[in-house]
Amino acid sequence: MEDTVKFKIENLNVYWSGSHVLKSISMDIGANKILGIIGPSGSGKTVFLRTLNRLNDMELQIRIEGGVLLDGKDIFAPGMDPVMLRKKIGMVFALPIPLPASIYNNIIYGPSLSGITNKNRLDEIVVKSLKSAFLWDEVKDRLKTSAMRLSGGQQQRLCLARTLAMEPEVILLDEPCSGLDPISTTQIEYALKELKKNYTIVLVTNNTKQAARVADNTAFFLMNELIEYGPTGTIFTVPGDIRTMDYITGRFG
Amino acid sequence: MINPRFTQVIAVLLLALATLFTLAILVFIIGFILSKGLAHVDIDFILSNPEDMGRAGGIYPTIIGTLILSTLSILIAAPFGIGTAVFLTEYTRESRVTRIIRFGADCLAGIPSIIFGLFGFIFFVTTLGMSWSILSGSLTLAFMILPTIIRTSEEAIKSVPYAYRDVSFSLGATLWQTVRKVVLPNALPGILTGIMLSLGRSIGETAVVIFTAGSSLRTPQSLFDSIRTMSVHFYILAREGLSNEKAYATATVLIISILAINLISYWLMIRFISKRSG
Repeated sequence: MEDTVKFKIENLNVYWSGSHVLKSISMDIGANKILGIIGPSGSGKTVFLRTLNRLNDMELQIRIEGGVLLDGKDIFAPGMDPVMLRKKIGMVFALPIPLPASIYNNIIYGPSLSGITNKNRLDEIVVKSLKSAFLWDEVKDRLKTSAMRLSGGQQQRLCLARTLAMEPEVILLDEPCSGLDPISTTQIEYALKELKKNYTIVLVTNNTKQAARVADNTAFFLMNELIEYGPTGTIFTVPGDIRTMDYITGRFG
Repeated sequence: MINPRFTQVIAVLLLALATLFTLAILVFIIGFILSKGLAHVDIDFILSNPEDMGRAGGIYPTIIGTLILSTLSILIAAPFGIGTAVFLTEYTRESRVTRIIRFGADCLAGIPSIIFGLFGFIFFVTTLGMSWSILSGSLTLAFMILPTIIRTSEEAIKSVPYAYRDVSFSLGATLWQTVRKVVLPNALPGILTGIMLSLGRSIGETAVVIFTAGSSLRTPQSLFDSIRTMSVHFYILAREGLSNEKAYATATVLIISILAINLISYWLMIRFISKRSG
């Protein structure tokens, strides 16, 4: 079966106040697949992720060259509104960052920005997103309580639900389990595997085993370069580059 | 070599002494005024008009004057001040221009109030022909407190975690939606602190008020009427030796109302925070 390409990245170069933080990255990200991005800290994974939804735009000294095509359209084209782009591309950050508001208000933040005010519609969105993030059963009786009172694992699933509430096409996750215990991690991973039926998922992770468990394709970043990219099975069994093998077997450095 | 444990004890003692000293002075001043004034304050003093230049009667018009003048000055200064702070922190990049604006605000904050009073008198009262009025007074007071509001709001806005902005943008918010729904609500306690400080300053101000709002003892009928605030009333009563009793009684009402305003706004803030975070 031929994959549909969601993101096409062509010779992407990113410079940050003089240093070259992403070097000539080219890759296709398949629709309805989970792409796992592995690599040591500082290898450019997060910059890459934040380039895909143009969250780097606000940075002062950044320069981006090359093309990033979403469904064939250049996201850096002059007519492309970054706000509209980010409505299509959701993001979950490394640390759970609930806004200081109730669970309910956290979920409806995105939808209400898009102008949805109908109470019933918002209620539906809240139920649906919390169920998709496998959080509903734990919070259904306390939607009006502060999101800050949830545990770390619950907060991160809330952040996932908040992203789902916008009904994006792509979900970017930046080390979403780095602060979570193994059980919460399993819950997030389970949710991701279910979600890929409807979404394209890009998962940056410091945990190579996590990529092996959930990703369809895996990309290995090292020193601001894309070293290797391919089906997860191949990367983890017969890597094409000695550096990839060293990294996934933990023999690095 | 000095024993570290000994220096530790000395440090604690000195710090405690400094705290105690500060508190003692504060309590003494407030206690002194209350003890001299409280006996002369009653409902009649608060609700009746002054007679014989303030030697007898109450201070009703000065309470109204203080209320209107300080409220109006805050209403004028707060939107401009908070707007400037938002613009400087969220909409501009750190540059020479923003540094100059900030430096200007700091300089303005250090200018003695009498200079503002003189400016208000020349500009509003005479040049614009607004005469001694509530409007001239509150505009001049607004200029005076503007720097404080700008700088405190700026600090409050900067203290909102950057991650909140990331989250908001990633959920498809524009910069303005992020400012309105995430940055300002979270900066509100800090912004309110600045406004309370400014309110205190404009309630306590005398020089500016005498220069720009005058010292009429009549209850104002419009924004173009001259008024007298409690601070000015107290100043005139004391300086011209009209009545010590009435002066202390006025000061008592002034202190109690500032205390009340602070308590109420603190309470409102706590309520706002707990309500918002559910």
